[in-house]
Amino acid sequence: MRLGGKGGLKPAKPMRDVFGDAILDLCRQNPKVVVLDGDLSNTTKTLGVRQEFPERFYNIGLAESNMVSIGAGLADCGLIPFVTSMSAFLLCNAYDQLRISIAIAGLNVKVVGSHGGITLGKDGPTAMAIEDFALMGGLPTFVILVPCDPASMHKAVRATAEHVGPVYLRSSRVAMPHIYPEDDCPFEIGKANVVREGSDLTIIGCGLMVAAALDAAAMLAEEGIEARVLDMHTLRPMDTKAIAAAARETGAIVTAEEHLLYGGMGSNIARVVAATHPVPMRFVGLADTYTDSGDAYDLLEKYGMTANDIVKAAREVFAAKR
Amino acid sequence: MSQALDLQALNEKARSLRLEILDMTTHAASGHPSSSFSSVEILTALYFGGILRYRPNEPDWPERDRFVMSKGHAAPLLYAVLAHAGYFDREKLWTLRQVDSSVEGHPVQGRLPGIETTSGSLGKGISVGLGHVLGGRMNGLNYWVYVLLGDGECEEGQIWEAAIAAAHFKADNLVAIVDYNKYQETGPISREMELEPFVEKWRAFGWHVEEVDGHDIQGIIETLKAVQKVKGQPSVIIAHTVKGKGVSFVEADYTFHGRALTPEQAERAREEIRCG
Repeated sequence: MRLGGKGGLKPAKPMRDVFGDAILDLCRQNPKVVVLDGDLSNTTKTLGVRQEFPERFYNIGLAESNMVSIGAGLADCGLIPFVTSMSAFLLCNAYDQLRISIAIAGLNVKVVGSHGGITLGKDGPTAMAIEDFALMGGLPTFVILVPCDPASMHKAVRATAEHVGPVYLRSSRVAMPHIYPEDDCPFEIGKANVVREGSDLTIIGCGLMVAAALDAAAMLAEEGIEARVLDMHTLRPMDTKAIAAAARETGAIVTAEEHLLYGGMGSNIARVVAATHPVPMRFVGLADTYTDSGDAYDLLEKYGMTANDIVKAAREVFAAKR
Repeated sequence: MSQALDLQALNEKARSLRLEILDMTTHAASGHPSSSFSSVEILTALYFGGILRYRPNEPDWPERDRFVMSKGHAAPLLYAVLAHAGYFDREKLWTLRQVDSSVEGHPVQGRLPGIETTSGSLGKGISVGLGHVLGGRMNGLNYWVYVLLGDGECEEGQIWEAAIAAAHFKADNLVAIVDYNKYQETGPISREMELEPFVEKWRAFGWHVEEVDGHDIQGIIETLKAVQKVKGQPSVIIAHTVKGKGVSFVEADYTFHGRALTPEQAERAREEIRCG
């Protein structure tokens, strides 16, 4: 069964292509937007900006550290730089620059990490960003956004530009099915969306795992378990109200993310649950390991990030609740 | 911007800046006095010698020239210069490195007016300055961007990433100045991590290179004016300096890098700076 099939979700094009459309739209609307590229515009899909707005596009080459600090200088000039590359290369090469040149002073620089998670697949573990939430989590002034479908990517890109201050936006190589109607996606930074109502437990997902969560919810419904599903598109500031409400009203929580469990979304949600309304929790994500190379869906299956894994965790947490 | 001072007044300004650095770091009982001392004349020339265009009462004036302090550990010097230039009250200097003060151990952009970048760790100044150059082009503004680098800092890979890019983008309004005092934290550069042939390295990266005595204010001003005529490439000024300049026993002891003088040492140093 394809991702989103069980949940009745329509397939969509790859998220990086959606990002490419969204950033080009943004450049058409906002003359202050500048795109910096680490020689991967064909991969991150900023190539359209290069072609249509060459005067607002700089290929900085394979020099991520330099690119991030140049972004800081551009923000100083009142521009809105989008610093783009593969997430793993960008964040790991330029972490010091993200911290010193941008985060400490809270400059208005936008960092887009493409190919988040393991679903870039065949390029293998060196290119996978399995730690981007944790790394950006270490930079307190950064807003962290993880869109889950085309509509939410478009909204996220706009919200990224409108927010004054540093933002990290995760993009992905993989296609994520439509969760929302094309032009009707609520997207407020820091406010999670309830994409399915339910009272027996809550599945909180981000990115690709929102679709998996909806698939899982459909499967659970067949067993008579009604799951609420939250799209946690903002990891910081985290919607503590929605998390506390989910704990209080449904009594059990499963988190699902395409990221290391260590330092990921789930561990931050657990912190909120523990401090507000402790309930049984389970966590779906990548254990302490680097994956092998392979087909995206083979990897998700092998490393335990499918709807079936969420269903299994949901059954456990539902049983623990009683 | 303040009126350019004459040479005698500039030398007097350098002397008073050195005394401020000494008093600030001794009062804070920490900081980097020797790295600040070696850059005193460079910043005196820039801020008080009629080079930098700035408005202390309008720190974000879009057309201002930018000074990017890449060697952030020379923060005491930067703070003293900004106070003397009129960006903030001189009394603030005595709160260096104290809790609830914005006079941080290393400069943090936005916490004090006049700080153009956050620094410490090192290596980022040319990149940030190049961002200012490219942003200025997009905004249709023509200003100068000056970046002060430490010599040890030039061991950072980012310096050379930025050197490639600044030449590629023909950033001829970007001027880097290296405070080449020949010492890094743990010892002489030549022993710890040799930078020579330094001039040739910059030339090979496509930069126009000048060398100057980094304590000769007149010479620095003339060199800064000379590189303004360079077209199509960025310029670097290798300023030969003495670490700890102005205080004999600091000049003779590189371990003063991250160490303030004791009140007793400061008393001796004060005499030397006054008479020097």
